[in-house]
Amino acid sequence: MTTEETGPHGAIIPDTPDTAAGGEDGAIVELRGAGKSYGNIRALHGVDLTVRPGQVTCVLGDNGAGKSTLIKIISGLHQHTEGEFLVDGTPVRFSTPREALDKGIATVYQDLAVVPLMPVWRNFFLGSEMTKGPWPVRRLDIERMKQTADHELREMGIVLDDLEQPIGTLSGGQRQCVAIARAVYFGARVLILDEPTAALGVKQSGVVLKYVAAARDRGLGVIFITHNPHHAYMVGDHFSVLRLGTMELSAAREQITLEELTNHMAGGAELAALKHELSQVRGVDTEALPEEGDLTAATAGEGKS
Amino acid sequence: MGMTQHAEPAVTTPPASGPGKVTDGRTSERPLALRLLARPEVGVFLGAVAVWVFFLIAAPPVREGSSMANILYQSSTIGIMALPVALLMIGGEFDLSSGVAVITSALTASMFAFQLTLNVWAGIFVALLVSLAIGFLNGWLVVKTGLPSFLITLGTFLILQGVNLAVTKLVTGNVATDDISNMDGFDQAKKVFASSFEVGGVQIKITIIYWLVFAALATWVLLRTKYGNWIFAVGGNKDSARAVGVPVNFTKISLFMLVGFAAWFVGMHNLFSFNTVQSGEGVGQELIYISAAVIGGCLLTGGAGSAIGPVFGAFMFGMVQQGIVYAGWNPDWFKAFLGVMLLGAVMINLWVSRTATRR
Repeated sequence: MTTEETGPHGAIIPDTPDTAAGGEDGAIVELRGAGKSYGNIRALHGVDLTVRPGQVTCVLGDNGAGKSTLIKIISGLHQHTEGEFLVDGTPVRFSTPREALDKGIATVYQDLAVVPLMPVWRNFFLGSEMTKGPWPVRRLDIERMKQTADHELREMGIVLDDLEQPIGTLSGGQRQCVAIARAVYFGARVLILDEPTAALGVKQSGVVLKYVAAARDRGLGVIFITHNPHHAYMVGDHFSVLRLGTMELSAAREQITLEELTNHMAGGAELAALKHELSQVRGVDTEALPEEGDLTAATAGEGKS
Repeated sequence: MGMTQHAEPAVTTPPASGPGKVTDGRTSERPLALRLLARPEVGVFLGAVAVWVFFLIAAPPVREGSSMANILYQSSTIGIMALPVALLMIGGEFDLSSGVAVITSALTASMFAFQLTLNVWAGIFVALLVSLAIGFLNGWLVVKTGLPSFLITLGTFLILQGVNLAVTKLVTGNVATDDISNMDGFDQAKKVFASSFEVGGVQIKITIIYWLVFAALATWVLLRTKYGNWIFAVGGNKDSARAVGVPVNFTKISLFMLVGFAAWFVGMHNLFSFNTVQSGEGVGQELIYISAAVIGGCLLTGGAGSAIGPVFGAFMFGMVQQGIVYAGWNPDWFKAFLGVMLLGAVMINLWVSRTATRR
């Protein structure tokens, strides 16, 4: 089921320290050879990942590549079974999402982790409500929460008429942005975005990418999970491609072009083999398809910038 | 017709005063009447008024003050249980054992105090522990196994029903407990749980006061506290709630224990107003509590509802139950009437919320 080591077409390019990140020790979150097995199924194996402040680390991969498992480990929903998971250089093992949140790791899930029937402002503060008054009559500080939510959303450029409307009535892009604004407000240092553009149209995806960039510019480390290399390339500083639970590619932006990334994402060398097979079939034009040399260019380590 | 309209939220609060706000101009205010109608509490309130007017006309004795006090008393015994059942339902769970749990609590208090010849308060205290433990067990099993609470509490329902009968027969040799009215502390406990007072020549049972106080408390908790926020969240989307740091298991287990607390309270009321407990009672009551909560606008699947709605729901039931008697009809019609009301209320709610929240 799982591949041994990295495949013949896979190669890990050593990550050159980014100038903006402030060197090797600037990492907030670091995975070293991390992996996760569910019983006898190895969902993730030997993954290295570094998240630095002010940087967007993109994790790409097809369905079932282990992206979800990876975020679940970092966000505290699951524990890793091999390797190391470090936050600020200290090994950690989270048992609840709360612990990850306390370390400043916030996750915006694919399903957004919102409660559709609840008003926008209640969703914004869910789990971290503002209260006032002494214990027996400690109550929600509704005014302050509404004002804060409104202010924060406007900061991010989201204008809502009525914060009382159930969040389920917002569009997908708006909901995504509310979730990002929420994570930023609650002092996240690392923002994990689980396929934020998956279910969105072109324009809405653009809006979300803008907020990803905005979060990065505010100094957050962003982990951007996606299966769309075009979206990843627009905002990413570092790209990791997962394949059948292992890391197929890990490259900085300077070392890889969008075309190479797309090819890797699409299956790299496997596609070349497929092309060969297709060329046997009459009527399929393979001339326009990329050559194997193009597909594996990045793995040769010839970084382009 | 290109305007976007939005549904009413599950929870409301006073509107925020935001002078001179920039709006995106895509939403328009719906007329007040429509917005009010879209709220299930308003629907059930109108339903309750309709039932009340119906019996005012059909059964002349209902017009007297003492009959009204009696109807309210009947409603309060349903209503006190319907409140935590409604909160639990908003929290996304069911409790089918709530009806027999009331009897279990009363039996425990009665037999514990009588058999050991203790002060009744000792029995009351032990019964509270037992009731909370039953609630805890229900909740704990539900969150640990992840099974539907329907199955888990159906199990405890059957267990309690059997235990109630069997243990009572074993201890007292009878299906009812012994009269405890001569025991130490009985009068005091009766004052607390089952007394009444006079207002303008009409005897008012104290449970009516408890009912309204509990309803006000539940409304406040639901809309104004962290815990209330968590109740809506665990019922609306359990996984999302957990992901943003809401203690889902604590919320669910405590809701089950709240049902246990109310079962204890109503159990004590029954014990101290009748001095003895019939061990076979309580079966079927759980469905009445659940119906009152549903008629009151609580979403069966969780995540939406109120504490005020079930108050009107319970009032409707109490009204019908007593109204049939006052009208001189066969009381057997009560359940049939209930069924019709439940179906009617659910369908009207559905229709109203579809028309009023049409996007």
